[in-house]
Amino acid sequence: MARNSTLAQKRRSTHPSQAVLGFFVIVLFVLFMIPFAMVVLNSAKTSKEIIYSAISMPSRWGQLLTNISLIFNNPTVDYLGAFWDSTVITVVSLIVIVLFSSMCAWVLVRNKSAWSTILFMVFVAAMVIPFQVLMYPLVRWMRVVGEFFHIRLLGTVPGIVFAYLGFGCPLSIFIFHGFIKNIPLELEESATIDGCSKGKTFFLIVFPLLQPIIVTVLILNGIWIWNDYLLPLLVLGSNGVVQTIPIAVTAFAGAYLKQWDLILTSTMIAMLPIIILYLFAQRYIIKGMVEGSIK
Amino acid sequence: MRRNRAVNILFTFPCVFAFTMIILIPFFYGLFYSMTDWNGVSNDIHFVGFGNFRYLFSSPDFLYSFLITIAYTAINIVFVNVVSFMLSLIVTSKIRFKNFYRAGFFIPYLIGGIVLGYIWQFIFNNALVAIGDSLSIQSLQVSFLSRPGTVIWIMSAVNTWQYAGYIMLIYVASIQSIPASLMEAAAVDGANYITRVLHILIPMMANAFTISLFLTLTTSFKQFDMNLTLTNGGPATRFLGTPVKASQLLAMNIFSTATANRMAEAQAKAVVLFIALVVVSLIQVSINKKKEVEM
Repeated sequence: MARNSTLAQKRRSTHPSQAVLGFFVIVLFVLFMIPFAMVVLNSAKTSKEIIYSAISMPSRWGQLLTNISLIFNNPTVDYLGAFWDSTVITVVSLIVIVLFSSMCAWVLVRNKSAWSTILFMVFVAAMVIPFQVLMYPLVRWMRVVGEFFHIRLLGTVPGIVFAYLGFGCPLSIFIFHGFIKNIPLELEESATIDGCSKGKTFFLIVFPLLQPIIVTVLILNGIWIWNDYLLPLLVLGSNGVVQTIPIAVTAFAGAYLKQWDLILTSTMIAMLPIIILYLFAQRYIIKGMVEGSIK
Repeated sequence: MRRNRAVNILFTFPCVFAFTMIILIPFFYGLFYSMTDWNGVSNDIHFVGFGNFRYLFSSPDFLYSFLITIAYTAINIVFVNVVSFMLSLIVTSKIRFKNFYRAGFFIPYLIGGIVLGYIWQFIFNNALVAIGDSLSIQSLQVSFLSRPGTVIWIMSAVNTWQYAGYIMLIYVASIQSIPASLMEAAAVDGANYITRVLHILIPMMANAFTISLFLTLTTSFKQFDMNLTLTNGGPATRFLGTPVKASQLLAMNIFSTATANRMAEAQAKAVVLFIALVVVSLIQVSINKKKEVEM
């Protein structure tokens, strides 16, 4: 009897607080999601409707498709092209960063010399340098180098991928370095004894072992490159042949000042791919973000 | 052995080369340009010593940007960390759908500063004003983005929306690494929830707090994208008797100085930003060192 009453008491004492917490969380969550709802609601309106009221429900959801097609068929900003360029730039940069950073980090860990230590320290120290110090000298330098070798670095995909390798490799090397340090050396030694060359040892033995940390490096760099604005703006230009989505969005907002129906639809289109990717790879993305920040 | 050396060089070359071309050389050029009269147009560049720096600290627009960047950073540190700590407690509690909430709170981080700046500009300039109009609430009828006194706070609120979910993940990882038996034992001993959080959770999370503190600090100090598309520096206000832009943070001040072709001056401002970040990182490193000793 006594036991029953304490149980009942316990239930009574925790239940209301849980309910309050549950309610509080729902309110907070709705507040967090309101901006997305605003985007979707107003992407389904005409400009006039938004001016009339920015918070009403759209009168006709079909307007959403009209707005989307208006954006994809827009004469001033090539949205589909920007999508394609953003995808190519992000994917190629990620491949290059993962491959070269892991190779470099492996040598820096396994080759114990003063040079390795110094090089690693330089990479780590460089992470403090803000982009603002580099951006204008970089553009000038890329122009000078390009003119000297008769290659186009500014305004091209290879040029910006090369820049992303430079900016992305210090953090990536740092993350790979920490991971490789904990891989037992015996594996590589036995491969060498079996007659595996050094290059083969890396690609056949070490690289497959890096898989979990590669996911982290991909996610950290991927979110950054996909959303990056200043570097593409400076390297590709605001109305160059090659465009990225953030540049297309600002170009669009600049050309259609205060036409919120189109601007919001364009932001919706810009957000969709990354949110869809997140829904599928959520577990990896969360894990990658946590590991990347704690290191 | 010689082949090993060749592999070492081959493996490190891509990163070292990209890093040198993209970061090292532009960095030293950047330091040099900050002491010249570079205007971005003429190739005739003269060394002027520390003149640019002397000029900076007597120019009100830079001083203003520097000061509000510090204020903005301080507000962010409090906002972001309080909100994300709260969120982390919620999504590690026993409520239902906590994984769903955790995933949802993180979404804003994925959007990117450019896109979310436009979305929130719409919310503050249109949606909130519409609510104010329809409910005749006078305080909402003037956009929050056009009030010079509070615009920094609004930017911090938006920044909190963006980063809280990310910092939350760091706190969640830290909370999950604390043995559950610790909290349970305290509960058995009669410690209530708040006491347990204050006396067990928070002290055990010291490391996560340091990480989050410096992460918020450096990202706030370098804030640019959202600043550009949310307020574009506006509205106008006065500082030391000169008109300045009320929400123009340091990174944007650098950008607009360079856009006006005052490249050397922009470069000097960037060097000041760099030095500030170096000081912050040195403090962080020394704190981490101290902790290692204590461990």
